[in-house]
Amino acid sequence: MEQSNMTANNRDARSGINFIILGLLSLGACVLMGVLGAFKYLYPETLSGFEFHQLRPIHVSLAVAWIFLAAIGGIYHYLPNYRGLTLAWPKAMQVHFWIFVITGIAILTAYLMGNFGGREYWAYPPALSAPIFATWILFGVNIVFTMKKEKGPWPVYYWMWMTGIIFFLITFSEAHLYLIPFFNENIVRETTIQWKSYGALVGSWNMLVYGTAMFVMERISGDKKLAHSNQAFLLYTLSFIALMVGWAHHVYAVPSAPWVRMTAYIISMAELAILMKIIWEWRASLTPDQKHAHLQSYRFIFAADIWVFLNLILAILISIPAFNLFSHGTHITVAHAMGTTIGINTMILMGSVFLIVEELAGERFKGWTKKWANQGFWVSNLSLLVFLSALMVAGSMEAFTEWEDFYEQSEAVVPMLLTFSISGVGLLAGLWMVVVAALSLLKPNATNEEPITVNA
Amino acid sequence: MLFIALFVSFFFYSAGVYTSGTALIDAPSASDSVHRGQALFRENNCWACHQIYGLGGYMGPDLTNIVINPDLGPDYARLFIEEGTDRMPNFELNTREVDDIIAYLEHAGAAGNYNPKKGKVTWYGTVEYDRE
Repeated sequence: MEQSNMTANNRDARSGINFIILGLLSLGACVLMGVLGAFKYLYPETLSGFEFHQLRPIHVSLAVAWIFLAAIGGIYHYLPNYRGLTLAWPKAMQVHFWIFVITGIAILTAYLMGNFGGREYWAYPPALSAPIFATWILFGVNIVFTMKKEKGPWPVYYWMWMTGIIFFLITFSEAHLYLIPFFNENIVRETTIQWKSYGALVGSWNMLVYGTAMFVMERISGDKKLAHSNQAFLLYTLSFIALMVGWAHHVYAVPSAPWVRMTAYIISMAELAILMKIIWEWRASLTPDQKHAHLQSYRFIFAADIWVFLNLILAILISIPAFNLFSHGTHITVAHAMGTTIGINTMILMGSVFLIVEELAGERFKGWTKKWANQGFWVSNLSLLVFLSALMVAGSMEAFTEWEDFYEQSEAVVPMLLTFSISGVGLLAGLWMVVVAALSLLKPNATNEEPITVNA
Repeated sequence: MLFIALFVSFFFYSAGVYTSGTALIDAPSASDSVHRGQALFRENNCWACHQIYGLGGYMGPDLTNIVINPDLGPDYARLFIEEGTDRMPNFELNTREVDDIIAYLEHAGAAGNYNPKKGKVTWYGTVEYDRE
């Protein structure tokens, strides 16, 4: 295996770290807003000064920010540090970061002032989308030109990252088509395309996250064949097809043409099955030394595999129109969204963050940081189990009982939503422990002074 | 090659969704009032709590058929919008704005029916919706 020496506090070692720090801060704030939103939902008279319609978009936007920032930071870090590729345009990365920071502050300010664009993931005024779009152009050009320096066939994660970036730009543009009269004047078209773009957006961030998972697994195992295997490219192809058509299971109830819904039905959740199989086989192939060298990162990736399995069952069920008929518009859908965002995406991205922490901090990852990361891992995962179970029970009660009206239904599920909210506090505590441990080792001037040896 | 093939098919598929896939069925075109109501629905972030065709937030009920429902109707919707509730703020909208939101909800109800539990399940697992 090729080896190269790198001093951890040189410029490359910090590449992308600011994105990861900002992402971890976004995650910390996101779960706090989620807990506040959950209690506001149950007890609307509390937290005067904050309305649910303000808390929810803040929570959602911070969740989206966490996923993208952690994935983007990882890519900016991996290419120069672990793939031996100099960034094509290092200054663009700094510009990208600061535009993100300024736009993020502007978005939060707009929410707090009650100034909304009123879209699900992009609830801020649409003018603020322009700088975000510009940063993705910068990111895409920078990363594609950097990856082009690679000699030989690309590993699957390069294809995934490139596809994720291109389709983010496409779906982000598509999400703004409602500003054009042709799309806005027809409510069925406007609603369908809105949710088509969101489904494909989730597909685009899955490309970035699954690519990150493939990279982390290759890094831990040292097995270069993994990211060139037929199975990895099958996952890529299925993820691509799911990105294109899988969104339609969100809109079974919208009166669009039957073929739109039928196509989504035919495309199953096979991508999750393949991802689960790849992680399972990778886990079996690891030696005890390999697991021990990146124990925290390994744990998060393995936890993601368990959540993939549990979410797979639910995802297959809700993609069947006859089941979706009952589950849609209930908390089962929230369980699906939270289960995939926290259980799969967050666990994979934490695996990536701790891969970097373990390699960058070296021997300094011990004592309270190691203890907090370990305990936070267990607290967050066990809380998530209770959290999702409560949502599933609430959703099942809503779906399979004939209620007199919405208010009767809302009252009936209060005990379940209280359980959900309390376990949300556990999730908050667990994730904050992990976040604080990671931040303390990633903050500027906290890098290892000793040269570390990394695999190139 | 695989990337190009999938990329091209995405555009053909999207074109189909943008046109025939989302044509209005037996519903009138939206009036200016509907468009203003739609914009108000967005600007006040009503989506955070309410759903149309089952899409949106869950703090409040789905509003697709509220206005066209003869048991509820525009006056029922107007009361909630103008007064608010313990779970919904009063957005201080003027009469014309309330009329516009009601026009939007009426249009949503005319374009499609959201009462999924009354859909007809086929033997192969799909559902046919009654659009009346």
